[in-house]
Amino acid sequence: MNPEGPDRLVRPYLITGGRTQPSDELPLETLIEATPHALDLVGTLRFEPRRVVELCRSPLSLAEVAARISVPLGVARVIVADLAAEDLLKIHRTVPAHGPDVPLLERLLDGLSSC
Amino acid sequence: MAGGFGVGKTTAVGSISEIDPLRTEAAMTSASVGVDDTSGVDAKTTTTVAMDFGRLTVADGLVLYLFGTPGQDRFWFMWDELTRGAVGALVLIDTRRLADGFPAVDYFEQRDLPFLVGVNVFDPNHTPPLEEVRTALALSDDVPLMLCDARNRESVRMLLIELTSHALKRAKAARPG
Ligand SMILES: Nc1nc2c(ncn2[C@@H]2O[C@H](COP(=O)(O)OP(=O)(O)O)[C@@H](O)[C@H]2O)c(=O)[nH]1
Ligand SMILES: [Mg+2]
Repeated sequence: MNPEGPDRLVRPYLITGGRTQPSDELPLETLIEATPHALDLVGTLRFEPRRVVELCRSPLSLAEVAARISVPLGVARVIVADLAAEDLLKIHRTVPAHGPDVPLLERLLDGLSSC
Repeated sequence: MAGGFGVGKTTAVGSISEIDPLRTEAAMTSASVGVDDTSGVDAKTTTTVAMDFGRLTVADGLVLYLFGTPGQDRFWFMWDELTRGAVGALVLIDTRRLADGFPAVDYFEQRDLPFLVGVNVFDPNHTPPLEEVRTALALSDDVPLMLCDARNRESVRMLLIELTSHALKRAKAARPG
């Protein structure tokens, strides 16, 4: 089946195997990257999982993944969480919930001053 | 980026983002994820909110993500998610519709998150003095307030620098020891 063809127009409910809750919460800015294992297997993946793996050859945020594959955020979350559970995606650590710390803010300020 | 409709959020994200701003949607409740058949489904579970999304690489290995979404009360669920781990918020204001900015200012004040208010100058001939804006919004003295032009990258970059300085100052003050 061609992932770009009409078959792609399935309900998000079906894409996520009927589940509506992600297995764990992933913040919007979480960076996601395909594992070498996933890149070996990419030819065998279908539909959204395949597109996500292909998009994430270099790290991409969850929000960007959702936008690029045109699914709501919650759906992207479920797909990504499932692929991560199968060792097809690596989830990079992000800023803790309480926000960036002093060294990170200093780096950011430095960077913003010269970009 | 917070603020009322038409205040320049999408424009500001687009001015500074290195990618074409993306638009994604978040469902109002997780229970509504994937529902495309609304028959028999409570209308409120199918409400989605559009979110603008941009990216700025500020240094090697350091990427800043920019999110813009409407600042209406009914979208606070979205803000709770956006502000988790955030540097802070830029609240954009159009002085012709100042009250549209109240909910966003309230939100960030109540949650004690670093924020900056940017007065997006739509009509340079009708820009009230910033001190009047500060009084009208009942902003405390430590909240940065500045004029901006959402269409101008340099102007948006200045907002980000100012907001980050503000967040840094607060983080240092809060740091134990
Ligand atoms: N004159 C002027 N127009 C602006 C400025 N920022 C945005 N606009 C215009 O105002 C309209 C609404 O802006 P938009 O970014 O879509 O607002 P949003 O609803 O907050 O995302 C658009 O037509 C913009 O081109 C500004 O700084 N000056
Ligand atoms: Mg907009």
